[in-house]
Amino acid sequence: MEWPYPIEWDQTERVDADVLVIGGGASGCFAAMGAASRGARVVLWEKAATMTSGAMGSGCDHWEMAATNPCSRVTPEELTDAMIRGHRGYNNGISHYIEAREGWDRLLDLERFGAKIRDTGDEFVGAEFRDPATKLMFAYDYVNRFTLRVWGTTFKRAMYRGAKILKAQVVDRTMGAGLLTEDGGTGRRVVGAVAINGRTGRFTVCRAKAVVFCMSRPTRLWLFAPGATGISEFRPPQCTGDGHAMAWRVGGQFTMLEKSLRAEWSGLRSFPPYSAGNNHNTWYACTMIDAEGRRIPWLDRDGRELQTVSERYRPAPGQKFFMKGGGEPDSPFYEFQGPETLPWEEALQRGYKLPFFADLTDMPEMERRVIWGMMVGNEGKTRTPVYAEYNQQGFDPSRHVLQSYGDGWRSGQFLPQERQFFGIPGGMVNDWRLMTNLPGLFAAGDVLFASDCVGHAAATGHYAGRHAADFAAAHGEVRVDEVQVASERARLYEPLSRQQGVSWQALSEAITRVMQNYCGAVKSDQLLLEGLRMLGELREHEARRLCARNPHDLLRAQETLNILTNAELVIHSCLARKASSVQLQFQRMDYPAMDPPEWHKFVTVWRDETGVRTGALPIDYWGDLTANYERHNPDYVAEAAK
Amino acid sequence: MTKVLAIADQAIVDPITIVPELCTGCNLCLHVCPVDLFLPNEEKGGPPLVLYPGECWYEGSCVDICPEPGAIRLNRPPAMRVNWKPKTECVSRD
Repeated sequence: MEWPYPIEWDQTERVDADVLVIGGGASGCFAAMGAASRGARVVLWEKAATMTSGAMGSGCDHWEMAATNPCSRVTPEELTDAMIRGHRGYNNGISHYIEAREGWDRLLDLERFGAKIRDTGDEFVGAEFRDPATKLMFAYDYVNRFTLRVWGTTFKRAMYRGAKILKAQVVDRTMGAGLLTEDGGTGRRVVGAVAINGRTGRFTVCRAKAVVFCMSRPTRLWLFAPGATGISEFRPPQCTGDGHAMAWRVGGQFTMLEKSLRAEWSGLRSFPPYSAGNNHNTWYACTMIDAEGRRIPWLDRDGRELQTVSERYRPAPGQKFFMKGGGEPDSPFYEFQGPETLPWEEALQRGYKLPFFADLTDMPEMERRVIWGMMVGNEGKTRTPVYAEYNQQGFDPSRHVLQSYGDGWRSGQFLPQERQFFGIPGGMVNDWRLMTNLPGLFAAGDVLFASDCVGHAAATGHYAGRHAADFAAAHGEVRVDEVQVASERARLYEPLSRQQGVSWQALSEAITRVMQNYCGAVKSDQLLLEGLRMLGELREHEARRLCARNPHDLLRAQETLNILTNAELVIHSCLARKASSVQLQFQRMDYPAMDPPEWHKFVTVWRDETGVRTGALPIDYWGDLTANYERHNPDYVAEAAK
Repeated sequence: MTKVLAIADQAIVDPITIVPELCTGCNLCLHVCPVDLFLPNEEKGGPPLVLYPGECWYEGSCVDICPEPGAIRLNRPPAMRVNWKPKTECVSRD
């Protein structure tokens, strides 16, 4: 059939903004609100549909690090310290301090815009995890109460509503595709961006005094699922890390991208997140049983067997608080380690029989109802395809048990070279304004290094939006470089020039082949350089035959070219660290010594006119958290004190 | 100018079923789909077409927003059928 939307790829639209936000997920909506709250004229570009898009667009069930909620017994300083030391320093002190300090404010914003953050229906009166005065409900550590259970299926609409109420101009189906810089130079101030529309192909040029990047982390570098590409990774398929590629092209600085983890979820080989029997996040702290119905013991961090379900939600004797259950994707850290079931191998040695099952029938009624009900009913990937569907098929949590696959709570088994960015991955380097090394370019959520969840995205989004607005107000008008606009247009529309050639799917699969072969579990300079050479071959040959026949395919083609750029960026990041590291899950054959002290720093990579540059930042480059936060946010601190 | 064509994805999955008798063609599913896998029907009021099934993320935004109960269904890939059973069947096989 013929394409049903008007074709506008020969048109150029021009818009102006004080602050241009690219990406309309949790961080983007809050960036728009933060900037608009300071009086900035805001334009927001979203590749998908802002009402439902982003990694949590369809829902989320918990919100981490809300240290300033009225029931919390830990301070933002304590929680951020736990995040930093828990990851042996390799974390983002600035962004997680912002998350701990402002996350609760963002939940209150959401409530104001119609989201549900409390048990207003009194469904869980009397539950151990519910505070009767505020009706807030907590997950994980019931004593310290800093992780909230939330009705996240109401969140994205509230964010969308909030951005519109604050008069941000929200533009859907529009992919931010290239940055514009002062005089078109590398490493220069950012003065706007260009975009393509995925339905009409229209080209938009936005001149902006500040730009906030709110896109995703890179995906599909090692994982691709032909025929079911939408579930190649944990995050939605339109989340491809476009921001990383856009910034790398014009000199943006990155760190920690050498860190990758063995895959958890991909394609048809694993079950969707939280759809099979497990005891983590959504399902924490579900009982697990073996094939014969025997309960697998829960242990505290000292290996002490817990006698009651309630103890699974409490710190160990002598422990002030715990962050999560022990089975985190990153290596657990004793001081903040929570309860977990007996390790899988040990359970088998002790004679527990496979398969194992998650057993909600064993849980107290409130715990069962909050997991199979509120949590599974609000997590983005489980509400419809799991909660609604299993219920319809007759699943009864007081009677049925659900099988666990893989070793413990995982939902599939992957090879060591099948990797992904998960947990606390790399990204753009930020200062205390959440500005990147490129003046005028701010970053939030998954674009930042060491990002994780929705609370982090929302808090850093709002913060980056405010500082972008302040930057825009302090700096005068900008001028876009028309030579750069023309060359971006030529680059972006090139795949339309042929009717036949390489599909984006074929190129995407080829990239993952190279990454698995040359940037897998074990790395060396020689392997990585070969990998770069092979990516160069793909760029020279296959990428030049990339073919798009309509605007939708053009968007996918540009995403795939961004993935190719991100693959190169990751290999450069791996080449830059000449040392192995346990915490970074980074193993070098040619530098086998683990974590030599001189390498305990953030290795940075960026491009300039001479090529790829590398540098380093001290592991605690942010300085004193409280003092620096307050120095950079006097207005916000004064407002909060009122 | 060359004719611009809409070319269906070669997917091995069939994520969306629309029941034409129940669908009113309001296109809300098409407006919220994060991957834009639908195209509007050429006939006004007709059900949207699933052009890019392989790109589905299986989160069900389309089902959540549909105002007509049962008009649209999300089908998990067959390989994702998970095993669950009554606990009473967890017994020793020795």
